[in-house]
Amino acid sequence: MNRSRETKALISIGIIGLVILFGAPHSLDLFSVISLTTAVSLAILALSLGLIWGFGGILCFGQTAFFGIGAYAYAIAALNFGGSTGAILAALIVAAASAALLGYFMFYGRLSDVYLAVITLTVTLILYSVIRRTSGPEYKIGIAKLGGFNGINVPPINYPWDATQFLYPEHVFYVAMVALLLAYFLCVWVTKSHFGRVSVSIRENELRSELLGYDVRLYKLCMFTIGGAIAGLAGIMFANSIGRITPDVFNLYNAALAIIWVIIGGRGTLIGPVLGALILFYMTSFLGQQSVVNINLFLGLVLIVFVLVVPKGIVPSLIQLWDRRRSRRMTARSAKKMRRRGRSRVKEAPVEE
Amino acid sequence: MRSNVVLETRSLSMHFGGVVAVDRVDFSLRENELRCLIGPNGAGKSTFFKCLTAQLRPTAGDVVIRDFNVTGSESHQIARMGIGIKTQVPNVFDGLDVEENIWLSASQSASAKRARVITSEVVERLELGEVRKSQLGSLAHGQRQLVELGMVLAGEPWLVILDEPTAGMTQDEVVRTADVIREINQSATMIVVEHDMQFIRMIAQKVTVFHQGQILVEGNMDEISSDHRVREVYLGHRKSS
Repeated sequence: MNRSRETKALISIGIIGLVILFGAPHSLDLFSVISLTTAVSLAILALSLGLIWGFGGILCFGQTAFFGIGAYAYAIAALNFGGSTGAILAALIVAAASAALLGYFMFYGRLSDVYLAVITLTVTLILYSVIRRTSGPEYKIGIAKLGGFNGINVPPINYPWDATQFLYPEHVFYVAMVALLLAYFLCVWVTKSHFGRVSVSIRENELRSELLGYDVRLYKLCMFTIGGAIAGLAGIMFANSIGRITPDVFNLYNAALAIIWVIIGGRGTLIGPVLGALILFYMTSFLGQQSVVNINLFLGLVLIVFVLVVPKGIVPSLIQLWDRRRSRRMTARSAKKMRRRGRSRVKEAPVEE
Repeated sequence: MRSNVVLETRSLSMHFGGVVAVDRVDFSLRENELRCLIGPNGAGKSTFFKCLTAQLRPTAGDVVIRDFNVTGSESHQIARMGIGIKTQVPNVFDGLDVEENIWLSASQSASAKRARVITSEVVERLELGEVRKSQLGSLAHGQRQLVELGMVLAGEPWLVILDEPTAGMTQDEVVRTADVIREINQSATMIVVEHDMQFIRMIAQKVTVFHQGQILVEGNMDEISSDHRVREVYLGHRKSS
């Protein structure tokens, strides 16, 4: 993709984001705004996986682990601190630190891709069954009871440093949307930086990057940690949109869902996973209302169709299609020009003779 | 004379289970040398190469580079000492374009501005201008090898270690590679692992022959080609009539 087109695409994404940011709460009813907030938080999760898998080449099957850790850490911290400002910061740090810790063992232990996927998935599932078993009153951190499979009621987000002023759902939506835009442009910046370009080279060929003098383990660890922090941010927004956080965030269904968003949206792009998450979120909730078809069956079918027919995902395929059409138009135009020139040359030819 | 030894191995051994791939090898390389390592298949050249570049951790013995014992280092640490490494199979970034491949190498040690200058210099030097924006995976095998050589150059190394640089190349490309190698040798010390004798004849100054994990003989090309042990290793024992 050439640079000017990329800049144009980024600017239009920014504008579309701003339009949704300011337009949605005015044109939608309260319930739709709340569900859009949930969708946006899931889009942030998809973005984090799109970054580490699509650019870092790290297939993390348990990205929801950091999503859930972020959400739980936020809820626990917000209850204990009696406010959300410090809790957001604490949750981000906890999510990033857990990613860093897990990543350290995986990358410095030189695990191969398959084992990495299995281990990250296992970690999520372990969290799922551990937290489900914490329903007794003895399981609490500070004043926050973990609540087993009932989860924790999340106190609503408040104005910075003012715990008496809670945000309305519309305002939570603003916060979530700004978080998505910030996370998106952070990811764009990361992928354009030297760090990001080296990470892409590691995805392409790990040995070569290493033989060029890059410490592959460190690069992967940093990438994984950034991804963990963004997933944590997504978790915080999710907890705020729903108002409750349960161990279900750690279950197999959600872990697989994140992978499906990225596959459908397109690996190697950042907007792809975001769109993938939004599209599937609304499709599944629409189908859930209709209750004509089993949602899991539908998701399975979508995944199979995409893997077989559109393996690159929506966004890369659209870009490819666009490029092909444009180049065809260009060659058609130049062919016409050539023909015209050829004709005039034919006319001149007898004169030369 | 010790002072200009830049790389040496001290009784370096590498065992795979019961197989001894490299057997107590003492090897030393002086500054600005262009050394060829040859030997029949299974002689231990590639294992030796992997030990030098820390892709394998030797079972015993030491690798010393510029008076630093680097045994047990990681590959990237070896590369960071200013050593350019090219492996046997082309190890390149197939999904990225030619320029990005070379830039990634240049920008490892150089500043952003300098890296851009180096990249365009290398592209020009290897006559890759026409394909500089092409995705590397779409290019021919020989061109990919050449790009990998370009990546080695872009790191501005003082020591270059190449494992079979001409594998799978056409005759023209082999000649061009020989030129490039001689050119690199103007400013850098080199080790070239090869088994294409014709190519070695084009570039060789001093040759080390490996056989069964040990150094069989060392010398210049004439000495090597007239050595009866080398002939035996390559052509088998002459039948006693």
